[in-house]
Amino acid sequence: MNDWWWVSTLAFGIGLGTPLVFATLGEIITERAGILNLGVQGTMLVGAVAGFWATFNTGGGFGLFLGVIAAVIAGALISIIHAVLSITLRVSQIVSGLALTLFGTGLASFLGKAGADPLVGEPSRATFQPILEGGIAEWPLVGPLIFGHDILVYVGVLAAVATSYYLFHTRMGLSLRSVGEDPASAESAGINVARVRYIHVMVGGALSGLGGAYFALKIVPTWQDDPIGAAGWIAIALVILSSWRPYRALFVAYAFGFAQFLELRLQTLGEPWNSIPSTLLAMIPFILAIVAMIVVASGKRARQLGAPAALAIPYFREQR
Amino acid sequence: MAMTKASPHSGDGLAVRLRGVSKSFYGVRANDSVDFDLAWGEVHTLLGENGAGKSTLCSILAGLYRPDSGEFLFDGEPQAFKTPKDAFAAGIGMVYQHFRLVANLTVAENLALGHGDLGVRISQKDLEARAAALGERYGLPVDPSALVWQLSVGEQQRVEILKLLYRDARVLILDEPTAVLTPQEAEQLFKTMRQMAAEGRSVIFVSHKLHEVIAVSDRVTVLRAGKSVGAVATADASPKDLARMMVGRDLELPTREARDSYGDAVLAVKNMSVLGDRGNEAVHDVSFEVRSGEVVGVAGVSGNGQRELAYGLVGLRPPTAGTVLLDGDDVTATSVLDHIEKGFAYVPQSRLGMGLGPGLTTEDNLGLKAFRNPPFSIGPWLKAAAFKEQGATLIDRYDIRGVRPGLPIRLLSGGNLQKALIAREVTLEPKVLIARSPTRGLDVGATEAVRNHVLSERDRGTAVLLISEDLDELLALSDRLVVMFDGRIVGEMPAEDATAENLGLLMGGTVSEAG
Repeated sequence: MNDWWWVSTLAFGIGLGTPLVFATLGEIITERAGILNLGVQGTMLVGAVAGFWATFNTGGGFGLFLGVIAAVIAGALISIIHAVLSITLRVSQIVSGLALTLFGTGLASFLGKAGADPLVGEPSRATFQPILEGGIAEWPLVGPLIFGHDILVYVGVLAAVATSYYLFHTRMGLSLRSVGEDPASAESAGINVARVRYIHVMVGGALSGLGGAYFALKIVPTWQDDPIGAAGWIAIALVILSSWRPYRALFVAYAFGFAQFLELRLQTLGEPWNSIPSTLLAMIPFILAIVAMIVVASGKRARQLGAPAALAIPYFREQR
Repeated sequence: MAMTKASPHSGDGLAVRLRGVSKSFYGVRANDSVDFDLAWGEVHTLLGENGAGKSTLCSILAGLYRPDSGEFLFDGEPQAFKTPKDAFAAGIGMVYQHFRLVANLTVAENLALGHGDLGVRISQKDLEARAAALGERYGLPVDPSALVWQLSVGEQQRVEILKLLYRDARVLILDEPTAVLTPQEAEQLFKTMRQMAAEGRSVIFVSHKLHEVIAVSDRVTVLRAGKSVGAVATADASPKDLARMMVGRDLELPTREARDSYGDAVLAVKNMSVLGDRGNEAVHDVSFEVRSGEVVGVAGVSGNGQRELAYGLVGLRPPTAGTVLLDGDDVTATSVLDHIEKGFAYVPQSRLGMGLGPGLTTEDNLGLKAFRNPPFSIGPWLKAAAFKEQGATLIDRYDIRGVRPGLPIRLLSGGNLQKALIAREVTLEPKVLIARSPTRGLDVGATEAVRNHVLSERDRGTAVLLISEDLDELLALSDRLVVMFDGRIVGEMPAEDATAENLGLLMGGTVSEAG
């Protein structure tokens, strides 16, 4: 375990954390509007298959660009299901979100196997590569950590900056936060609660879709049934760990990516490290996700952590 | 919506002109052909009992409801507001009884909320400067960077009014604004209202407190049972005239008769502390006694620990410190059931839900405290006949109207719900009766009945603790008063020494008897 070992582990951690950055930011935006979307997992899978498919049928740098666009659009569209169910029909958001995850998982798997020439087992025809090779990208420490990444890693950082600015320094951001805190007050201030919620559920879905595509076009660039592991569930947990703040989301997503990569690395280190059962380590994200669900479900504790006050509560405009 | 065809521009100098406005909910006429004229630059009171249609009328003016029929002119132009936003854009804004403020945003952010004139980018500093300047201009000081939940109710109300002024509302509707204020805070509000009127704005003031109405308004429109009874200038009207217009008959609400001696202390509370919902200490080190045959009134602005005081006394939330004695027995840490069996009766503020089971029938609700014992149950079996018999007796004795066999109690009106609740509580002949705001939201007839029941319990020898925000009621019924502020008892006095003024000062926390 020399210095280089740690640096490369950290650098890989940033890469593994990047899809979590997108999904967590997306869920933060959605939850800030007062909508809990447990469909992140399904949305990411749909984004992954859409992105993979678009890139697979075009290839090259432009293909990657199309893949990203396809993933974003697919994520936004599929999350409309949750928006309609939870905002318009006021279904329990827990039920609706779980339904979206089940549906999205099945849909992605089906699309991967459908047709005469199924995607399953096919390698991606293009993957994201580091922007810079050599030069400053090979400087000690800062090279791999800061300059050695592909473009989506930087997009992820920019997305966190932009989300934070949007939430706290724009008029739309203020509307968004007020809708998540107190929809009745927001409405009486002339804000269209349903519209704000629809828009931000879709924005959240788009970011989740992008996160899914990053798996298929970079981390596991061969289509398989389950390319993203439990990333969607982890993202929901990370929202709570970040206490609904974008910069913290960046930090916790990278930390989690690092922890995941460390888990893989430990297996290669020999005694005593590889004697830790990998199944035990693999369980950690799920335990974290379960704890996160419990926190969200116990309204009071969630609010103490900074959850929007109206999170997961359907809004009925009171007409007597 | 069927708006009648509007007349041409009237040019009559009126801010608002309503003719024959009606609005029904599920077949009940909340507003029935109401006429209403509001001049520019006046403070105009809408007076009426609960359920007279004041709130519905305000909601029509503010764009929340659309009238079923009738004519609505604003500044001479016919209006058909679809949403509060439309009314707001036209210049009509409303301060609702339940504030529409986002608790986790700052004052400045709340003022800016939904404000289309601001650019896409907003700066906290600019917002706060604007908020501070506006507050100064109208004598409504609030800290613009404070989070709304940190403010007192009176301050929150100021933010609501500033919200309207921020957007230059020309007609301001204040729906029962003084209900949450101390008399002194209300006085300050009246000054602001007069200033707004002097600037040429119109203020609609909703209230049923006659002395306030006469003090602050230029004219009064009285509503009764959904209809407009008439409009009078306050200069020409006495409280008695207004009361008669409001109720339709002369009214005399029952008050207690003074008494020389009381029995022994039945309820004794010593140094009790109770936690609030946020884990804070909502009741702190409270001590008092209630004697047999005595009504002790607990005055205070809503949210100063009254709810937690009641919870602590009846066992719903065990006190964290101190003791509660009933006839000398320590009941502090016992269950709610123990409290009931030892003789506690509790009339909570929320009748449905906490007081009564909304989906159960009236008879079942009336038996809901006695059902564990014969004759209502024998072993595990309930005896329907006993419920029926008791139900019939109590419905008759307490004049509970509108009961239909087999139908859930929630279909009854507020007054009848309250009568049923009191009937159930006092039929067990309790030693202590704890009632919270028992006449809140009731019409005069039901108020009269409820007050009589409270007083007859007192005369029977029950120790009554009356927790209320209605000073008139407290002064009329209490033998002795204690004042709560911020979870503490800051004053105690016999009824003879109590006035709205000295209670108000204590309720506002500005003076304390001890200090």
